[in-house]
Amino acid sequence: MDSLARLGATVTDAIAGIGRALAMLLGAIIGKPTPRKSWPLFVQQMYVVGVLSLIIIVVSGLFIGMVLGLQGYTILVDYGAEQSLGPMVALSLLRELGPVVTALLFAGRAGSALTAEIGLMKATEQLSSLEMMAVDPLRRVVAPRFWAGFVSMPLLALIFSAVGIYGGYLVGSGWLGVDEGAFWSVMQSAVDWRDDLMNGIIKSLVFAFVVTWIALYKGYRCEPTSAGISKATTSTVVTASLAILGLDFILTALMFGG
Amino acid sequence: MDNFVALKDVHFSHGQRTIYDGLSLTVPKGKIVAVMGPSGIGKTTLLRLIGGQLRPSSGSIKVADEEVTQLSRKALYELRKRMSMLFQSGALFTDMSVFDNVAFPLREHTELTEDVIRSIVLMKLEAVGLRGARDLMPAELSGGMARRAALARAIALDPDLIMYDEPFAGQDPISMGVIVKLIRSLNESLGLTSIVVSHDVDEVLSIADYAYIIADKKVVAEGTPAELENNDKAIVRQFLQGEADGPVKFHYTEDDFAMDLMGEAHG
Repeated sequence: MDSLARLGATVTDAIAGIGRALAMLLGAIIGKPTPRKSWPLFVQQMYVVGVLSLIIIVVSGLFIGMVLGLQGYTILVDYGAEQSLGPMVALSLLRELGPVVTALLFAGRAGSALTAEIGLMKATEQLSSLEMMAVDPLRRVVAPRFWAGFVSMPLLALIFSAVGIYGGYLVGSGWLGVDEGAFWSVMQSAVDWRDDLMNGIIKSLVFAFVVTWIALYKGYRCEPTSAGISKATTSTVVTASLAILGLDFILTALMFGG
Repeated sequence: MDNFVALKDVHFSHGQRTIYDGLSLTVPKGKIVAVMGPSGIGKTTLLRLIGGQLRPSSGSIKVADEEVTQLSRKALYELRKRMSMLFQSGALFTDMSVFDNVAFPLREHTELTEDVIRSIVLMKLEAVGLRGARDLMPAELSGGMARRAALARAIALDPDLIMYDEPFAGQDPISMGVIVKLIRSLNESLGLTSIVVSHDVDEVLSIADYAYIIADKKVVAEGTPAELENNDKAIVRQFLQGEADGPVKFHYTEDDFAMDLMGEAHG
């Protein structure tokens, strides 16, 4: 009976958690727009969340593209199909690795930072002091971070894919000797604007929404102690990563499954 | 309106734990009222109840003749523009300089030009003696300076009520003296009403017009500092004289020590 009660409590807690997270998000993004105040905050967060994530995204993109070029070549060359290296690299990146790896890196780099920052603002009573100054912390703190995450992650994913394709080209064409013209022209004819590029961007938008939401909620609801913030930060990375991988399967099945 | 804040029969629980069980107190306009009590009896909770950050399970909380417990979110935010709170940690925004911290409420709630804001901020910083520290970041301030900077921010919008949460905790004697003097002088010069929550008995009684001692979930004693000094109640004596044991127990649990050592108390 005890275990049944615990199961029930876990389920109701989970549902209540989703409700609270939704309430937080709606409180942050719904309301009268105040562009004069919100725009500078958004730009500042775009820098913190987006621009500062660029290095890890570019370096990872380059290496993953180079590995794809190398692995792809060794497989394709056995079938005399090394001319198809271009589309192989490009499709892997645009459809899957670009959105997914960017989102995972983003959860680790920017998501954890968002959780820790908001958690510490809570622990040091900054959120409470905002409330007491009649400033809504959801609008002032959560909203600009949410929009910055939502906008910057798809852009980072595109940069990741572009750099990755260049990495694949460097290895495939520059080092392993795949014909340069064939690399680009076969890629151009094989990659479809709507099926591949747009679907990749849609995936990235979904991941951006979920990862940023999780990171902000975990920070906003964390227990305001050292242990609480540490737990919330870990939980952001774990929950967001699992959500990304689970959603990726669902989205891939919907987009390319039929 | 004689009382700026009035709490009547307030009940509040945090989870299973009852914090207040029929708490009533009033804060007359223009006065400094001290709220004292042992640690952990929810003094900060009291300020959060008055500020509308927490809602009581029953009872009435009136601020400026408005029932805080019944206010809509919008009306509550309007009311909060008239009150201010000095948090124990100062709660300065760590990503802004001292100047920007003090300017923050002005920029959020007024349409004043930057020139006017600059003048107001410098006046407020001058009042707390930190005009020269305007460009420092919060991390560069000592604990006492951070609290004074937070005080400058708290008075930026010229509130009617200011609530101090343990303003003396962790301060050296000099900055404690400075803060004591500031609370008194700001209250007089700005015509504020002040609530000072503290357990630094001597400091807070030296500036308070009236004081409450809270223990056991309600007010156990009240009066002017002189009246409290003459109060014979055991708990008042214990608190004002800082005795380790008395009505407020030194020991958290009541199990028999010898039995506990032998492992039988919980068996």
